[in-house]
Amino acid sequence: MLTLDIFGISNNGLLAITALLTGFALVALAMWIAKLISPRSFNPQKGEAYECGIPTRGESMSQFKVGYYLFAILFLMFDVETVFLYPWAVQMRELGVDGLISIAVFFGVLVLGLIYAWRKGALEWK
Amino acid sequence: MQDLSTITDAIHSFLLSFLPGWLTTTVECVLIGVGLLLVYALLALFYIYYERKVCAAFQCRIGPNRVGPWGLLQSFADMFKILIKELIHLNHIDKFLFALAPYLVIIASMLAFAVLPWGNGLQIIDFNIGIFFLIAVSSIGVLGILLAGWSSNNKFTLIGALRSGAQMVSYELSVGLCIVTMVCLAGTMSVGGIVEQQSDLWFIFKGHVPALIAFVIYLIAGTAECNRGPFDLPEAESELTAGYHTEYSGIHFGFFYLAEYLNLFIVAGVASLLFLGGWMPLHIPGWDAFNNIMNYIPSVVWFVGKAIAISFIIIWFKWTFPRLRIDQMLSLEWKYLLPIHLFNLVLMVCVIIFGWHF
Repeated sequence: MLTLDIFGISNNGLLAITALLTGFALVALAMWIAKLISPRSFNPQKGEAYECGIPTRGESMSQFKVGYYLFAILFLMFDVETVFLYPWAVQMRELGVDGLISIAVFFGVLVLGLIYAWRKGALEWK
Repeated sequence: MQDLSTITDAIHSFLLSFLPGWLTTTVECVLIGVGLLLVYALLALFYIYYERKVCAAFQCRIGPNRVGPWGLLQSFADMFKILIKELIHLNHIDKFLFALAPYLVIIASMLAFAVLPWGNGLQIIDFNIGIFFLIAVSSIGVLGILLAGWSSNNKFTLIGALRSGAQMVSYELSVGLCIVTMVCLAGTMSVGGIVEQQSDLWFIFKGHVPALIAFVIYLIAGTAECNRGPFDLPEAESELTAGYHTEYSGIHFGFFYLAEYLNLFIVAGVASLLFLGGWMPLHIPGWDAFNNIMNYIPSVVWFVGKAIAISFIIIWFKWTFPRLRIDQMLSLEWKYLLPIHLFNLVLMVCVIIFGWHF
């Protein structure tokens, strides 16, 4: 086994937090520098939404097409399926044919789900 | 094959010689953070230059050639220009979410960035479920994009964000299934373990037909994941001005720009990890002399070289294919890539169970 612990730090959570704080620091630092050196001027017209020149009509944070919601639900189903496949994928060789049969049943139900959504027309963008 | 962990071990013992244990760890974490920040920024600058040069080559132009030799300083100039532009205060936005969105986008790409296998002994985060951690953190980015579009209080940004959300979650399925397929072959989820498994032969050769199908699907889905190429409909200029980041100005916009290029690198890096061996040199069983020559090339060069070569293909897509419509984009994923990939997973399992792989 290769030694993969950088600096001998075996606590990966600590390293993940380091990376998270680095990302945070990058944004915070760049924002701070930008605020120091960028010009500032005020103009009531400047704060308007960048749409077409005339004042915006209606609320922009409004209802939107239900199609997006439908795809989000379908995504949820398949993403959870993928999550369940991971542990089996790691242990696949040890589990052998028994594991294969169990996962095939699980898989079959999901493929049926996809076929159902397809036949119902949930995959059409209308 | 030189082991880069000797360098980090030397720094570790040097620090430990005059500092207490906890302080050593803190200093090392700061070092890792500074290193990550530098590599992140340098890669972003390189990618801006690279994309412009490649784009110019495809369009029979020269590309940036005035600032510095061969235009090498062009992206530094761009970044500086973005930094000195005004941050415009908008009237009706949701201020908190508007400011939060760039943080989410950058942090997601930074976390994914730290998981990549940079070289022999030069990998920062190595969970035993590393690749799973990678897809988990990289999907935080879509939240940032949705927040950016929603909080800007602009119809263009809202449509752009929703399109981007639909696209990224859909193609995430294909990416996830590609990774499951390769995890089947590797038998481990640890990034270091996956690289180690490819020490005799890369997975794209080991898994032959199913691995090749997975590679092609991964490239298509990865292109869609980073909102590029033919899948740039979230920021379709002709319809939505600039999509979800229309209202962002100055460095605020720069973060989205930065994250887009880094996501390109991450997608290419994961492709090279899963299919082309990460930092592992090209080894062919039986060709000892060849393998030894390949070992002389440093592992970091292998990894970055593979990632840049794969990003060339992704940039090539962008300048070759016309933009898709949203219904075409969704039907490509749900009616073609997903069923093909479910079949491909079964194929891969058969290949492994019956021992048809190399």
